[in-house]
Amino acid sequence: MTNSENLIALLVAAPLLGAVVLLCGGRRLDRSGHWIGTLFAAASFVVGAVLFVDMLGKGADERAMHQSLYDWIPVEGFQADVAFQLDQLSMTFVLLITGVGSLIHVYSIGYMEHDERRRRFFGYLNLFLAAMLLLVLADNYLLLYVGWEGVGLASYLLIGFWQHKPSAATAAKKAFLVNRVGDMGLSIAIMLMFTTFGTFTFGPVLEATGETSEGTLTAIGLLLLLAACGKSAQVPLQSWLGDAMEGPTPVSALIHAATMVTAGVYLITRSGAIFNAAPDAQLAVAVVGAVTLIFGAIVGCAKDDIKKALAGSTMSQIGYMILAAGLGPIGYAFAIMHLVTHGFFKAGLFLGAGSVMHGMNDEVDMRKYGGLRKYMPITFVTFGLGYLAIIGFPGLSGFFSKDKIIEAAFAKGGTEGWILGCTALLGAAITAYYMTRVMLLTFFGEKRWQPAPDPDKAPSVEPGIEVHPGEMPHPHESPKSMTIPMVVLAFGSVFAGGLFSLNDSFVNWLKPVTEFEHGHPPISATVITSATVVALVIGLGIAYVQYGRRPVPTLAPRGSLLTRAARRDLLQDDFNHVVLVRGGEHLTRSLVYVDHTLVDGVVNGTAASFGGLSGRLRKLQNGYARTYAVSMFGGTAVLIAATLLMRAV
Amino acid sequence: MNPVNYLYLAALLFTIGAAGVLIRRNAIVVFMCIELMLNACNLTFVAFSRMHGNLDGQIIAFFTMVVAAAEVVVGLAIIVLLFRSRHSASVDDASLMKL
Repeated sequence: MTNSENLIALLVAAPLLGAVVLLCGGRRLDRSGHWIGTLFAAASFVVGAVLFVDMLGKGADERAMHQSLYDWIPVEGFQADVAFQLDQLSMTFVLLITGVGSLIHVYSIGYMEHDERRRRFFGYLNLFLAAMLLLVLADNYLLLYVGWEGVGLASYLLIGFWQHKPSAATAAKKAFLVNRVGDMGLSIAIMLMFTTFGTFTFGPVLEATGETSEGTLTAIGLLLLLAACGKSAQVPLQSWLGDAMEGPTPVSALIHAATMVTAGVYLITRSGAIFNAAPDAQLAVAVVGAVTLIFGAIVGCAKDDIKKALAGSTMSQIGYMILAAGLGPIGYAFAIMHLVTHGFFKAGLFLGAGSVMHGMNDEVDMRKYGGLRKYMPITFVTFGLGYLAIIGFPGLSGFFSKDKIIEAAFAKGGTEGWILGCTALLGAAITAYYMTRVMLLTFFGEKRWQPAPDPDKAPSVEPGIEVHPGEMPHPHESPKSMTIPMVVLAFGSVFAGGLFSLNDSFVNWLKPVTEFEHGHPPISATVITSATVVALVIGLGIAYVQYGRRPVPTLAPRGSLLTRAARRDLLQDDFNHVVLVRGGEHLTRSLVYVDHTLVDGVVNGTAASFGGLSGRLRKLQNGYARTYAVSMFGGTAVLIAATLLMRAV
Repeated sequence: MNPVNYLYLAALLFTIGAAGVLIRRNAIVVFMCIELMLNACNLTFVAFSRMHGNLDGQIIAFFTMVVAAAEVVVGLAIIVLLFRSRHSASVDDASLMKL
């Protein structure tokens, strides 16, 4: 027991305190609220950094730290503690969450400057940080679930932050509801774990996987996968992420790109032992990842809304991570490595997109940008570095992490390995295509700016920013509070991957937690790397021919069938509508019909037949004393006759 | 004289009483027919008492008379009240006890 262990709770407590202060403090904090929020986020980062340095000073096997706060639910046979576990995996997340989180707090100071509800925004951001840290620091699944729901709540509040816009309110509800489906999976998985293992603490659960039947583990694994699908926007629960872009851009960067949506990857990596013992569930994870990485990439190709294109990209990149996590011990470390590098470059890209929107009267349609590189040099350079990183330009972060995942996919072995590997390669080509498209449409080509729309007709304009109808945009570089975080993240996008790959330092760092085996792909690593680069060049080339050399129409052309489907998110909402909404309606209607005809029919029929019978019997009571007398005599006569007959027999 | 003949007479009286109860409408006549049936019963009791040579039947006949006297008191009172309220002694007029 060292003193540093006592600091773990502080990681969660600092942003939580910030959220309480900001949300309960009332209007007197309106002026200073953003500073308070940023301060608490930064404090959490400092604590994280101190713990990181402390952890580096120890041997690889002694690095895991543990802090018990109190017994949460001590009941006979059921023990749930509030206890934190800080190992290398959690540490990675803590640094990512608090680091990127603090940067985005700083960015939001500038971005939300004109919003009169800025204090509340920072309160929600702090609440998110606290919940997310709780999620990654929990030492048992039940406490993880608390954080899991907490980030869901924060995500809901922040997507719907501009709740006066019906689209934002709907998007928030949609995100919440779709997430509930995944949360259901997690809660059932936890219950199943409790009945199987008798505990939810990570250590005992993951150690006991050897003695448990594969069927149970597969069920738990698939339920955990469902949970991961919901939170990480993987097929089939991916439909909410595109609409979640209705939230303010810093939210998209922090929650819907860098941190919260990667919670599914964390969950699967953390539960690695379960998946290792259940190969079917593990394969399902890899397949879901592979499907989503193509799905998201195709959606990203067709969107004209810069944030939605990036959202498609996020979906696709998380697909890579889930794919890697589904490869088992050869992939976990790379999933987390890609997660961290993605955290840098995707957050940077989103912040760049926010900066562009800031300068362009909140226009989001990339077809109405063009030629912005001269007007926003810092945004251009940082966005460009993020762009090079995400497409996997050799030497930048994305190259190292993505290439490793593609190699690991090939190393899965057999036909599966070839299919998964080729899918990942194809994904790399499409990534290069859509990101080049975003880049060319936004920063190159001629100006296609449009006058600002009438705010009455276009309610999507963010509040607080003065837009005069009919005025042409005057693109300008964003204030320092916004550019500095972008520059820092750009540094991360450039150098993080190389730093992590140096002597396999990242893999060695995570090894004690996630296990690691070197994969042996059927073809040499050099060939795969070359193929990745070729895929990149092909994607880039096609995008250049399509968008760099021809003029870009301001209104989107009709496009092919696939393009039109991809603009509608590959019909995911239509699918959900037809299958789930209509299906649900039909199910309820038929149930109501059965209830009305069968159940009510039996009940009403019984009542009616008794009623009818009584109606007939009632007629016997005619009130005439002589009729009663007849029946009395008749009855007596029958009784006597019966008695005599009995005696005769 | 053969005591069985008394039983025949009692059966005849009972039948006349029962038929009267069922057929006649005047409450007084119906009442009298009921008395007739009671007395037919009394006659059988006494006849059987004689035939079997014990007194049980005769004692029960006394009971029947006492009950019949009490019944007459109550019954006549009801009939008088019925007549007063409806100006008719017909049992069919008093047919309110139905749904």
